[in-house]
Amino acid sequence: MELRKPPPVRRLTGYEVPSSPPSNGNGLHAAAGFRLPARLGAPSMVAIDRMQVEELSVSYGHKPAVQSVSLPIRQGEVLALIGPSGCGKTTLLRSLNRLTELTRGASLRGRITLDDVDVAHMDATALRRRVTMVFQQPNPFPMSVFDNVAYVLREQASRRPRRAAVQGAVHEALARAGLLDEMAGSLDHPALRLSGGQQQRLCIARALAANPQVLLLDEPCSALDPVSTRLIEELIAKLREDVAVVIVTHNLQQAYRVADYVAFMYLGELVEYGSAHKMFGSPREQRTKEYIGGAFG
Amino acid sequence: MSTAITASARRHERPTASWRLTDRLGLGLAWLLGLLFCAIAGAIVVFFLIEGVRYLRPALLVTNPVAGVSQGETGGFLDPLLGTVIIGAMAMAIAIPVGVAIAVWLSEFGRPTLMARVAESAIEMMAGEPAVVLALFGLTLFELPALGFLSQTSHGVVLGQSFFAAAALLSLVGLPLVVASTREGLQAIPAHVREASYALGKTKIATTRRVLLPAARPSVITGSMLGLGRVIGDTAIVLLLLGGTLTFQPANSTPVLGVLRGTGDTLTGYMYYNSPAGDGNSHSKAYAAAFVLMLIVLALNLGVDVVVRRSRRAVRWS
Ligand SMILES: Nc1ncnc2c1ncn2[C@@H]1O[C@H](COP(=O)(O)OP(=O)(O)OP(=O)(O)O)[C@@H](O)[C@H]1O
Ligand SMILES: [Mg+2]
Repeated sequence: MELRKPPPVRRLTGYEVPSSPPSNGNGLHAAAGFRLPARLGAPSMVAIDRMQVEELSVSYGHKPAVQSVSLPIRQGEVLALIGPSGCGKTTLLRSLNRLTELTRGASLRGRITLDDVDVAHMDATALRRRVTMVFQQPNPFPMSVFDNVAYVLREQASRRPRRAAVQGAVHEALARAGLLDEMAGSLDHPALRLSGGQQQRLCIARALAANPQVLLLDEPCSALDPVSTRLIEELIAKLREDVAVVIVTHNLQQAYRVADYVAFMYLGELVEYGSAHKMFGSPREQRTKEYIGGAFG
Repeated sequence: MSTAITASARRHERPTASWRLTDRLGLGLAWLLGLLFCAIAGAIVVFFLIEGVRYLRPALLVTNPVAGVSQGETGGFLDPLLGTVIIGAMAMAIAIPVGVAIAVWLSEFGRPTLMARVAESAIEMMAGEPAVVLALFGLTLFELPALGFLSQTSHGVVLGQSFFAAAALLSLVGLPLVVASTREGLQAIPAHVREASYALGKTKIATTRRVLLPAARPSVITGSMLGLGRVIGDTAIVLLLLGGTLTFQPANSTPVLGVLRGTGDTLTGYMYYNSPAGDGNSHSKAYAAAFVLMLIVLALNLGVDVVVRRSRRAVRWS
């Protein structure tokens, strides 16, 4: 099968070798001579299997969106899902925390486990606190920065525990998202007044507040400027130690920078899954080659 | 230079340039009617402004209507003014929670679909129903002996007229506006905002209470103000169900409950009574009352404007 539509990839010309380690904090442009950009950090020493996707198929009505996908999701590594538009990346991601079941007409076959328990047998709200998600559009809730994070820590619609009791956890989540110092004086400001990049990092802080085992990111940077993108990528690189990160991205440079493993999907199928090194260096499949070649050729 | 070119090009492409005569006549007519409409609306405001300023005296706001022959003897409209405030508050106290609940159900749950559709048409029907029809129905309802405790009973006959009865029916006048506006506000919230909340393990109810309703608050306020404007402007229900008695006629001497179970009046009822069509014959006082009511309604509309403008800045997702 051949790639019918050229994938929407931004072509970066003239990647050059880094003569020295990136000095300006921006590995992309400091590079000189290498064909590949600098990577952010390395996989953790230990990888823990968190989720297993086994023969997962999802369809909307009669239209299949994901077909027989199997892959592991590990803590200690970042997994990037790549592939052309409409190939089922978002659908796969949303199956992991059972958001697909909120879509009318969506049906799901196969098995997904979290720590060896079938997610279908778990309470959906409990699952979604262990597998949290950040969306493409920054979507803070219409409340203060503090309350956005505290909302996650509180029981459903309750306003308890009170502010003082959750303060520590809120600060910790903001710190993990690298937002605490920036927000120190404006925790009570409405979150919707923040910049897009700050909003998105707040959404990450919110997703981290529940102390999840798995963090799902659906094109988290596609609405952001390069500086915010950079901040979030660095954040992801740091997070992989204590949470399994799955990121969907259209930006192959980004996938290369942050991911340890890459899954290439095409028309709902998982074409190839492998380490980032292998996928970007010498992919096995022709279709992967063609897709990735667009970015690094 | 380039601007000159574009300007002349634009003039050349003026859409009306090639229009046929009938089209141009139509356009002219539309303009004329639009201006006429503006002129009528302006005339009403100016008329009541002039009449109101001419006849409104502070004393009118603090004295009660009395039956009398000359203008000097008939007093002011304190009770009708209070009546407007009371009836507006009571009706909205019913219409807002019920309307918001209906809107949430229609927008967020809406199952079973058939029932949602029935509820929708019921509300639309209610919005289209003339108030006097509602009033007639209300009178029949509140004359039932079982509902006698909401009005007064004399010689075993339930009167059916009271603040309770009028507020209940007037809440139906305000309800459709609350529902429509709240629903619109809820539907303007992007789906991914709801999903973001679900994706953090929150239930639909928690999401509605903590995320959706706060986000839709400006719409709830807008709908409520529009509904309130409709409620305090109504006359038919006031005359039939509140009695249109000019002053409070408490059912008994119990402080608050007695008044609410009794009859009374509002500014609209007072205006009707004192208009050339009514029995009161104090036209100048009708104008003064109209002026006060108009000020209240204008203030409400201004409030809507402010809320809408502020919310456009405050709650906005990309
Ligand atoms: N709610 C839905 N109802 C019906 N079909 C859907 C729905 N969501 C997605 N699809 C279809 O499922 C397929 C996969 O969609 P999905 O959103 O998972 O793709 P994607 O890889 O995330 O694309 P993109 O890169 O553009 O975000 C597409 O063909 C899409 O049209
Ligand atoms: Mg997608």
